[in-house]
Amino acid sequence: MNKGPTSSAAPGSAEPVVHGQGGLSYLNASHGIKSWIFTLDHKRIGVMYLVFVLFAFMMGGTFALLLRLELLTPGRDLVDADTYNKFFTLHGAIMVFLFIIPSIPAALGNFILPIQLGAADVAFPRLNLASLYIYAVGAIFALYAMISGGVDTGWTFYTPYSTSTSTAVVPMVMAAFILGFSSIFTGINFIATIHKLRPAGMTMFRMPLFLWALYATSIIQILATPVLAITLLLLGVERWLGVGIFDPAMGGDPILFQHFFWFYSHPAVYIMILPGMGIISELIAAFSHKTIFGYRAVALSSIALALLGFLVWGHHLFVSGQSEFASTVFSFLTFTVAIPSAIKVFNWLATLYRGSIMLATPMLYALAFLFLFTIGGLTGVFLGALSVNIHLTDTYFVVAHFHYVMMGGTVIAFVGGLHYWWPKMTGRMYPEPIAKVVCAIIFVGFNLTFFTQFIMGAKGMPRRYYSYLPEYQPWHVMSTVGSWIIGLGFLIMLVYLLWSLRRGPIAPANPWGALTLEWQTSSPPPLENFKHTPVVSGGPYDFPDET
Amino acid sequence: MSNSVHTADPHAVAGPGHHHAHHFQSAEHEFQTCKLGMWIFLVQEILFFSGLFLAYGIFRWMHPEMFFGAHKTLDVTLGATNTVILIFSSLTMALAVRAAQLNQRGQSAVLLVITLLCAFGFLVIKYFEYSHKFHLGMLPGRLYFYDGLTQFRDPHIFFGVYFIMTGLHGIHVIGGIVVIGWILRRTLRGEFSSEYYTPVEMTGLYWHLVDLIWIYLFPLLYLVG
Repeated sequence: MNKGPTSSAAPGSAEPVVHGQGGLSYLNASHGIKSWIFTLDHKRIGVMYLVFVLFAFMMGGTFALLLRLELLTPGRDLVDADTYNKFFTLHGAIMVFLFIIPSIPAALGNFILPIQLGAADVAFPRLNLASLYIYAVGAIFALYAMISGGVDTGWTFYTPYSTSTSTAVVPMVMAAFILGFSSIFTGINFIATIHKLRPAGMTMFRMPLFLWALYATSIIQILATPVLAITLLLLGVERWLGVGIFDPAMGGDPILFQHFFWFYSHPAVYIMILPGMGIISELIAAFSHKTIFGYRAVALSSIALALLGFLVWGHHLFVSGQSEFASTVFSFLTFTVAIPSAIKVFNWLATLYRGSIMLATPMLYALAFLFLFTIGGLTGVFLGALSVNIHLTDTYFVVAHFHYVMMGGTVIAFVGGLHYWWPKMTGRMYPEPIAKVVCAIIFVGFNLTFFTQFIMGAKGMPRRYYSYLPEYQPWHVMSTVGSWIIGLGFLIMLVYLLWSLRRGPIAPANPWGALTLEWQTSSPPPLENFKHTPVVSGGPYDFPDET
Repeated sequence: MSNSVHTADPHAVAGPGHHHAHHFQSAEHEFQTCKLGMWIFLVQEILFFSGLFLAYGIFRWMHPEMFFGAHKTLDVTLGATNTVILIFSSLTMALAVRAAQLNQRGQSAVLLVITLLCAFGFLVIKYFEYSHKFHLGMLPGRLYFYDGLTQFRDPHIFFGVYFIMTGLHGIHVIGGIVVIGWILRRTLRGEFSSEYYTPVEMTGLYWHLVDLIWIYLFPLLYLVG
């Protein structure tokens, strides 16, 4: 596949060429708060993004724990129904706009992309810093929306409710609008970087698959996000001036809002999952010590997912009064998404076959991803089928499906990638035994929380309800206990990651014996990434044949 | 690989004049990268407006007679004048880029000033159009109080679409004025030459897009049916 001649001094776990080890790293090249907030270094910007998205994750997670606690019994446990509506809205809006979308591209991607590519920085470092500031401004708007009464529309802001509720819709919509531009700027930077800053020998088909995934993600960020921006702007204008564009009483059309919203938000699901798939490709190859099976197929399936993602938004409108013909077409188009997804999963499985598998923590997360994403993906096929969809629309089945993809997929991949690159980013190893235990805790807690929701949903439990029939209570109790187990897992993870920053063993340049370029420079990398511009002469996974 | 790393050529020697950023091999490399980034940004701009064009299409399809009736309240002469002004300003902008490329700093500055004057002229005409409509109550949604289109249902929808589309375009014109003003200042300080004119060219690309969007807005809003 990677036809490039591998150099005779084939690197491998044995003897990586290390640049800059022992010298100054990006962390101690300059000091003081100003050296961080005015930095143009993609690594520092990535680290600051990481801190922000982890805060957002904790905030969104707290809302999740609170709303699960409220659902422990059918009656009131903690808060009233209005506050409960705000909790699930804020959980969704924070997790989608402040955490998942920037999590892998803007935090891990910013740090890793230029190094994996062999470049000294992203194409537009100032635009990169601007995107971080814009993210911060968006986050301030979101916080303002929270303290000025919260929002109770659900993260989808559907009209006509969102134009009539008295809660703080406009600040939250402004937040999502602003955060969108942060995402667009990251996308512009990544596409320009990948096209223009590849060093000698780094052809498109020698790029690590994480970069293909980020490239596909960037395409969606640029083509879909502006449509969300205009939609949210119209919603704001509607509330502000009463334009009536989404109001049937004034000659407008509320379904138009749903079309606009999902024209962005369905592709946005691929903004969320594609970078996770990219991480899994890295992890599976590195920890199997084996060339990835079907490199080109995995790379191009990312692009296929990015493009197909634009053609399926109508499957969110099967019960909205969309024409039957449109629904039929959207249903069949939705099934086609299963093809590139399955190409990836089967290629990952084939890569594992006869590999020298090393079960370090990142690999455990990769295996968890395979299991959870497959369930999430296949239940998506159920939901794409018209007749089944009518029964399952707006039930917990949908909630479970997208949490299996978004949390079981993206968050698990994000955490796997965080552990994989933690030594590179911080120069310290995390404690391996406890990290493995935490992976198991999160896996068990996740399935307890969300598998029960598939069952509830199939039995007809509607989503977003404050109260429910007593028959559903055992499932709700299990789901809530599961959320506590997940919370415990992440709490322990937070403690040991913070511990490792000071006390963890010093990380070698290449603790995993991986071959991509970020492992050929020191941990943490020097300011300029490489002392000398690398020249690439082979594919990213050309491990020596061990048979 | 991978990525077997040879110690290869250090960064290429910087050319004369403008010092390109450290992660580029040459000034030309930097210029080409900026151009790609700018085109991607323009794609994003087109998709930003595309939602409004789609909304226009849907509402015109829902209310064809009303759109035809309401569009007659717009002044075609003023709209056409503004179209000519913007197309002319695109020409002066393109010539300003060319002058910068040819080291003709003074000429570039004069052309940028003409472009700026055109942009202001466009806004002045737009101001008269807007204030006329404000006065008569041809306004979006709830604010609508015009009494001349009573034979149609929901004529305020047309004015909602009109004000949002031209308003968002107007904001882009104001953005263009800010950026062209900044480029003019840098031109007068002698920062650009045939070696380095990237910001001038990028501004030109942006200005042409603002012009192009108006070229679609004018017939869609002023020349219905």
